[in-house]
Amino acid sequence: MALVLTEEQSMLRDSARGLISDKAPVSHLRHLRDAKDPTGFSKELWHSFAEMGFAGLLVPEEFGGSGLGYVEAGVVMEEIGRTLMPSPFLATSVVAASALARGGNAAQKSEHLPKIASGSLLATLAIDEGAKHRPLQTSLQAVRAGNGFKLSGAKALVVDGHVADLLIVAARTAGAAGERNGLTLFLVNPKAKGVAIERTIMVDAHNAARIELANVEVDADSVLGEVDQGAALLDGVLDIGRGAVAAEMVGLSDEVFGRTVEYLKSRKQFGKLIGEFQALQHRAAELYVDIEITRAATMKALQALDADVAKAAPSVAVAKARAGTTATRAVQEGVQMHGGMGMTDQFDIGFFMKRARVCEELFGDANYHTEQLARARGY
Amino acid sequence: MADSKTGDTETAELETFRAETRAWLEANCPPEMRKPATSDADVFWGGRNAKFSSEPQRIWFERMRDKGWTVPDWPREYGGGGLSPAEHKVLRAEMGRIGARPPLSSFGIWMLGPALLKYGNEAQKKEHLPKIAAGEIRWCQGYSEPNAGSDLASLQTRAESDGDDFVITGSKIWTSYANYADWIFCLVRTDPTAKKHDGISFILFDMTSKGVTTKPILLISGYSPFCETFFDGVRVPKSHVVGTVNRGWDVAKYLLQHERAMISGMGERGVGRPLGQIAADSVGTDAQGKLDDAMLRGKIATFDVDEAALAACAERAVDLAKAGQAHPAFSSAMKYYGTELNKRRYEILMSAGGVDALEWESERSKQGARPRAWLRTKANSIEGGTTEVMLGIVAKRILDLPGA
Repeated sequence: MALVLTEEQSMLRDSARGLISDKAPVSHLRHLRDAKDPTGFSKELWHSFAEMGFAGLLVPEEFGGSGLGYVEAGVVMEEIGRTLMPSPFLATSVVAASALARGGNAAQKSEHLPKIASGSLLATLAIDEGAKHRPLQTSLQAVRAGNGFKLSGAKALVVDGHVADLLIVAARTAGAAGERNGLTLFLVNPKAKGVAIERTIMVDAHNAARIELANVEVDADSVLGEVDQGAALLDGVLDIGRGAVAAEMVGLSDEVFGRTVEYLKSRKQFGKLIGEFQALQHRAAELYVDIEITRAATMKALQALDADVAKAAPSVAVAKARAGTTATRAVQEGVQMHGGMGMTDQFDIGFFMKRARVCEELFGDANYHTEQLARARGY
Repeated sequence: MADSKTGDTETAELETFRAETRAWLEANCPPEMRKPATSDADVFWGGRNAKFSSEPQRIWFERMRDKGWTVPDWPREYGGGGLSPAEHKVLRAEMGRIGARPPLSSFGIWMLGPALLKYGNEAQKKEHLPKIAAGEIRWCQGYSEPNAGSDLASLQTRAESDGDDFVITGSKIWTSYANYADWIFCLVRTDPTAKKHDGISFILFDMTSKGVTTKPILLISGYSPFCETFFDGVRVPKSHVVGTVNRGWDVAKYLLQHERAMISGMGERGVGRPLGQIAADSVGTDAQGKLDDAMLRGKIATFDVDEAALAACAERAVDLAKAGQAHPAFSSAMKYYGTELNKRRYEILMSAGGVDALEWESERSKQGARPRAWLRTKANSIEGGTTEVMLGIVAKRILDLPGA
């Protein structure tokens, strides 16, 4: 498959870009942050997303979705990255929808997926427990109790956690932290007894929460996939999330870079445009190449996910690792080349730096994914 | 996920081609040719004085030549395979699948051929392209001069008009394998009064012409892949100019794009054993099978990430070109990154090899293959346009940054 967008994908990009740049430029995020908006995103915009078929982009057509693939999800994520639009798209439409579509039984799918597609259900995956992304270290306990389970433990960096209608919680039903065997995913109602949710205001002003579960009772029907055998499902769902975040970071990097190059062409010092200085030209050129390489690696990963999620892990590791280093470089150069202006809150560039830092931690940073590649290659 | 009915037919035809190609390669590529060449002597370059280093090398070359697959995407009438871009991609993928090496290495294939296909007249194409495809003539490149390196357009080798001929006097440097080459494609100044880019012509001549001498240059690797080349009144028919007289810079630049693509490809030899496993042989591993040098392991893994990402970018560059969306200066971007990456690869190989990678003249070290290759890579970011020149081209032509 060619590593360029098809005509249909280009049209999708254009319509996503049209909506997002019109309704949710960076000032939209700034407004939500300054107003301390309790929802953290625009419900009206989410409604538009649903009407355009984006909310159910990955939801199979039989459940009212568009039935598109991960390349298409990446196209939308890249546009979200350009304006840093806060949106339930990642947590609900990409990660949770994939978890339900891939791991859900018939009843779970027909109950939840149509609501995701219509934009009426927000869902999210609760995975991280420590400071760093280590899925196999999951230790939130699920012990059998009567016909079901009792869940106890804590989760962090749960995207949209404080507004979600459905939590997908990774828990340990057997084995010890670090083991693949014994992981199970549960569908948990956030209003259930024993669930405590604390919204965490993050550096990037995007939604996240800490969640504590204290003897939360769930019945056997709330298991997503197989008991003890959740690792494979989780791997696939996380890789889908990683590919999507990598695409967001490509959009973010490209936007920061475009703004920075424009600044190099307009700012004068020493009687010259600063873009005439070779020191800055070469750094800009290196960054351009970094972004192009990362864009290609990300497309490759998304295509690999479309071909076979179970075999995409090495490509996804490459994409997320590259996206992390490239976005980090892009925002650092962006601030540096904008000089003092780049340090002001009034200027947008800082928003990109903050979001890049969160994207880097989401679903594993560059170090984590570089390590995964080394293990996959056996050294 | 084909987007139309024609798409489905195309896909089906391509899958047939893939199956046939796979079967043919399985039947015809000798096992010895399914691994990378171990040294330059193990590479077949063709030419009047060419010798095969082994019988499998001969068989592989002749079978591929007979199918036109030394130059799979050139037109059949010029000795090529006439493959479409999609078929060519399939052939490359299928060769990569079994690790088949290219049957013929040649500056004629990588550099001159594409320039002749675009700028050559019919007589020139008919004369030269089939001999390149068949490995009969080995070419060298007369570009750089002692005082014209990064500033190539300031070249001074002059070609003076004399009846139907040009008479060429001057010298070239860094002429790869000039001492083995049969013909040269050469940049000469045909109008010394014009602005520097406007008085250059692109001309072809036989290296056995009277007045041509070559002198190999000993490099830090101990090898002499490059020569100084001297022209003392070399007489060349004017009909050997490619394109228009004094417009040779257009041809030169077009050819450089192909040269840069060729050199950037040196950084993506993803075939063979992973770097991490090569390192494990000398460095050793811990109880979990991890390299017993955490810092080196990290460097290798980061390299692997970058190499895989570059390979995706190279693939995308081909796809963009096919879709008519490629920026003509993108080969400079790839050249910069590919060569820097290849230098990193060899720094890692030297570090991984430790003391064993320092031997220069033993059988054990295959006459210092690794340290010599390491030193050779240092030229990658100089030849064909330095990294600094490449970044300047990206800045000005792709990013449109201001200044000289």
